[in-house]
Amino acid sequence: MAKATKNNTLKLKFDSLKYAPAPESKSSATINAQYDLFINGKFERPLSKKYFDTINPATEEKLSSVADANAADIDKAVKAARNAYSNVWSKMAAKERAKYIYRIARMIQERAREFAVIETLDGGKPIRESRDIDIPLAANHFFYYAGWADKLDYAFPNQHPKSLGVAGQIIPWNFPLLMAAWKIAPALATGNTVVLKPAETTSLSALKLAEIIQESDLPPGVVNILTGAGATGAAIVNHPDINKIAFTGSTDVGKIIQRATAGTNKKVTLELGGKAANIIFEDAPIDQAVEGIINGIYFNQGHVCCAGSRLFVQESVYKEVLRKLKDRIATLIVGDPMDKNTDIGAINSKQQLETIHKYINIGKKEGAEMFESSCALPRKGFFCRPTLFTNVAQSSRIAQEEIFGPVLTIQTFRTDDEVIEKANNTPFGLSAGVWTDKGSKIFNLTTKLRAGVIWANTYNKFDPTSPFGGYKESGFGREGGLHGLGAYLNVHS
Amino acid sequence: MSTRVEVLKTYKIYIGGQFPRTESGRYYSPKNKRGESLANVCLSSRKDFRDAVGAARNAFGGWSGRAAFNRAQILYRIAEMLEGRKAQFIDELVKQNASAKDAEREVNLSIDRIIYYAGWCDKFQQVFSSVNPVASSHFNFSVPEPTGVVSIIAPQNSSLIGLVSVIAPIIAGGNTCVVLASEDQPLCAVTFAEVINSSDVPGGVVNILTGKPSELIKYFAEHMDVNAIIYCEKDDANKKLIQEKSALNVKRAIFYDGVNWLDEEKSQSPYFITDTQEIKTTWHPIETVGSAKAGY
Repeated sequence: MAKATKNNTLKLKFDSLKYAPAPESKSSATINAQYDLFINGKFERPLSKKYFDTINPATEEKLSSVADANAADIDKAVKAARNAYSNVWSKMAAKERAKYIYRIARMIQERAREFAVIETLDGGKPIRESRDIDIPLAANHFFYYAGWADKLDYAFPNQHPKSLGVAGQIIPWNFPLLMAAWKIAPALATGNTVVLKPAETTSLSALKLAEIIQESDLPPGVVNILTGAGATGAAIVNHPDINKIAFTGSTDVGKIIQRATAGTNKKVTLELGGKAANIIFEDAPIDQAVEGIINGIYFNQGHVCCAGSRLFVQESVYKEVLRKLKDRIATLIVGDPMDKNTDIGAINSKQQLETIHKYINIGKKEGAEMFESSCALPRKGFFCRPTLFTNVAQSSRIAQEEIFGPVLTIQTFRTDDEVIEKANNTPFGLSAGVWTDKGSKIFNLTTKLRAGVIWANTYNKFDPTSPFGGYKESGFGREGGLHGLGAYLNVHS
Repeated sequence: MSTRVEVLKTYKIYIGGQFPRTESGRYYSPKNKRGESLANVCLSSRKDFRDAVGAARNAFGGWSGRAAFNRAQILYRIAEMLEGRKAQFIDELVKQNASAKDAEREVNLSIDRIIYYAGWCDKFQQVFSSVNPVASSHFNFSVPEPTGVVSIIAPQNSSLIGLVSVIAPIIAGGNTCVVLASEDQPLCAVTFAEVINSSDVPGGVVNILTGKPSELIKYFAEHMDVNAIIYCEKDDANKKLIQEKSALNVKRAIFYDGVNWLDEEKSQSPYFITDTQEIKTTWHPIETVGSAKAGY
């Protein structure tokens, strides 16, 4: 059933037209009842003797219990990584190093379905996203960087770059396997060894990766994967025999790490928070732009550091854009992440859901007008309706601070200068979006927006060859592409 | 017949294209090894630094927006002006302990270094940019862009070559800067400001203060509108302080403590430019209608 409305757009009547459930089977994934720490090529019981539960945020059911590494465990892993670096990995011919990384890429591809299921069960993201985006991109990242291993001299003219040693890597819960790939692949290609800690709510795909690494016969100690929470991360950051810290996460924690590594010779790269402007001009292809805005903010429940969370609409098309956005939000399917039709899955944790609710309340108190989808939410699990705010002031906290959830703020503008000023008026600078049919306007905007990744007439696209990273308080260093190699090499001074 | 009385130069600071005295009214009198006072030099304050950062921020949009070719011409102009005032710099270096021979070498090297970076202004982008062959139907490219406002504690063991070596790559890349001169040998820094001021460099692009690093380093590192800081000494306590303060706004802290600025091989390269560059990646879809191939 569909009826044409006055303005010639189609509106589906979803009360009479429902998708049948299309759940992905859980059977393709093996999840152990308990996981130990992956140190020196073996799974070892934690010296801490402690484990913590990891749950499915869509059902609140326990999936497994995971070791909680303490400083002694980290020390053990760093020793293994140092030994592997000094005696094996740094001495191996680069082309042989490459082959191990290629091997890991292939094995992820072979077990893509299993990874996708685990990623969705443990993290809450829609299976469609883990299947079509997270897992393929993770495999591709290993495949891309494998080929760099024996070509590094071509990346940095006149430099003869050298590896750094042991890299400590701390990753977030929004793209668990993909972030592990972003960290491990370039580190290995450049000849470093790794101690990696996944986020405490999403350890399972990294542990599955550890199994693959074990099967790949990568020399023991080259990659060590240790699970735990903040204290485990701090033990990595503060370990004296680590040469490099790579962190992806919040700006607040990034600042703590920058302070903690002061006075050490650790090389640091930080990929931190964002509050991206997504700018839509009156001449933009509006329907495409609306899809892009939806994808920009509601992709992965808005748990995306580069999410287009601040929408700027040119005044002349404001009403049209707002109406179409609301219509589109009404059609988004929120619910079981394992269902292949689901658009918005579970919020990653109870704690994050509370943070999002806190900001929604702040928005209301600040006088902004809220609109949310009227969809029903599952009774169990952590879910949040796609939400947007209008009448938002530039100074409003919901327009200034990173919410990391499916919450969009909408502001209007008249001129190019005005929107450039507003878009750049933030301490962050990770990403931005521009929608217009005019090429010269695109380049005016993309050169003046102070952010590391700019999407024009598209949004939230990622690729192993494409450098990613921030300006200003969104961090420093790049991941991906040729430029991503620099984070793991001694180039210059 | 009376002998002519020499006109002594007043050494002032350089902020936003102007030569004010420090707002603090303070001064200090560095001495050379012979114990002679070099001059009464401004002892710049935290407020002077804040004013200079304001000037640098105001100048950033314009300077970073200049055509790279134009920046190249302006840097070349700086070198021309420096060449023309060689004798004055040699005099000042000699006054600050250098032998005549070393002084001449340092000035020549400084001129050459500016020319070197003038040449890079419109070339480093090509060396460090990339078109990224993404798997999806998008055109994707990455280019370097200046980080923003850079605070610099100039190398303390030299009067001119160190200063020139840290300023040139920063402004060649489109950044603006606030520089604290060598505390003990500040004369060339002030005279270099005069060179900058007569070289078509817009006011605020380079701001030069004189004073004590021990007093100002903290402010150079913690200012929230400074995007990067450069420090050139082997002082672990200061390096730690700088990194800690830099965390306030995720400032890029860059250390050049192992560099011998007189060593032409190792103290100049485009990597001194890229240290204060950000990489920006831009995506745009490529349409996929039709089936024509570029087959001919």
